[in-house]
Amino acid sequence: MRCAETLRVQAYFDEEVDAVSAADVERHIEHCAECRALLEDLQQVRAVLCRESAFIRIPAPLRAQVMLALDALDAPALGAPALDIVAPDMHTSDRDSAAELAVPGGTTRTVQGSSMRARGSSKNSRSSPNWRLTPLWVGALRGVGGTALAAACAFFLLLPRLTSPLIDEVVSAHVRSLMPTHLIDVVSTDKHTVKPWFAGHTDVSPVVADFEPQGYRLVGGRADYLAHQRAAVVVYQHGAHVINVFSWADNERGLPNDVTRSGYHLAFWTAGDLAYCAVSDTSWDALLGLERLLRE
Amino acid sequence: MDERRARFEAQVLPHLDTAYRFARWLSNAPSDADDVVQDAVLRAFRAFDSLRGSDVKPWLLAIVRNCHSTALKQRRRRGFVPLPEESDAQDGYAMTATTPDPEHASMCRDEQRTLDRLIAALPEEHRTVLMLREIEEMDYRQIARVTNVPIGTVMSRLARSRAALKARWLQEAGGVPRAVR
Repeated sequence: MRCAETLRVQAYFDEEVDAVSAADVERHIEHCAECRALLEDLQQVRAVLCRESAFIRIPAPLRAQVMLALDALDAPALGAPALDIVAPDMHTSDRDSAAELAVPGGTTRTVQGSSMRARGSSKNSRSSPNWRLTPLWVGALRGVGGTALAAACAFFLLLPRLTSPLIDEVVSAHVRSLMPTHLIDVVSTDKHTVKPWFAGHTDVSPVVADFEPQGYRLVGGRADYLAHQRAAVVVYQHGAHVINVFSWADNERGLPNDVTRSGYHLAFWTAGDLAYCAVSDTSWDALLGLERLLRE
Repeated sequence: MDERRARFEAQVLPHLDTAYRFARWLSNAPSDADDVVQDAVLRAFRAFDSLRGSDVKPWLLAIVRNCHSTALKQRRRRGFVPLPEESDAQDGYAMTATTPDPEHASMCRDEQRTLDRLIAALPEEHRTVLMLREIEEMDYRQIARVTNVPIGTVMSRLARSRAALKARWLQEAGGVPRAVR
């Protein structure tokens, strides 16, 4: 006899339900022994599967081979078969030669010449219509223009709150750090090695701690440039995932809200006069777990 | 290096390890995975302009899956189906060293082997869904995109693969599974 709620309990376990459904499921589990056992099973299977050896990485020779193959594909070899990437150029050159043929007059004219001519004539045609409107129209247009201007101002003033350049900066820095040999400047699992290293290489001295028992292994530190200063980056390993924790002096401009960008989660917070951002492609739960530990 | 290539390297190559693991789960034969990954990265590069800001990881993994099924079809047509190789975690690069205690380590290795075998014995469509969820921590929607099935199917496959793994582990090891480190 299977309980009808098993898939919902699984979804709850996988953090796929909203807060209301989660409360529902929790109530259900209280009086359904089968689902309580299921939850325990799910936990056990996860614990068994997430062993370190499951997180194999691509062997270095294969990585190198892939890069070489990319180079071969990327190189715009002469007389090579038409690839998608070179196709647009061929089209434009076709069109250019067509334009050259279409120019009347018998003499050879360059493409630039014909396009200059075209631009010149369009300018003339624009200045020719009589640009006289009744005062009513002028007033109405000014009103519309004013509104548009105000809207544009509001847009640009509000925009930075929604899509802060800081978010892009952090995501780029995180992705760059995942490139080979760029992740760590100082390799150490000892906070007493990592923290003093920052003193000489960055403008800030952030919280550094190892949380191996909780599943976040300290692997090292790195200096990076962020928000116009030398930021400190503490690198943690959580399962297969790298978590970069950036920190820089908070300039009181206000931090963006937690967001997901290009598949990476970004959690922002401040502590003391430092701003922190943890970035990773791990789950929100795992990321916020590290944030909680660091804030304690 | 042109700008397109640089963007590709920045957005797609960080997921190379994931693509490799996924190819390994798909095929069960490490040597096939090598070809599939290389093929997939080249195909991804050609199709890079179609990405347009969507989630990179499921996009790349869907390409890996397509490459895998193309390779499988070709091999079937030639009447050549490889025997599953003994899966060995050592030929990929594990991220960290194993435990120093030799007795504990050998016990762990036995359990690891059992587990590897049980995972390999799962049907492909169950194994991939399970691993995408547990190892890559992808959500249902991303997994549905990669495997090209509805979310409901993802959920039922997940449930079945988890139950099967637990049941077989109980049969094989005769005890409650515990975390192997």
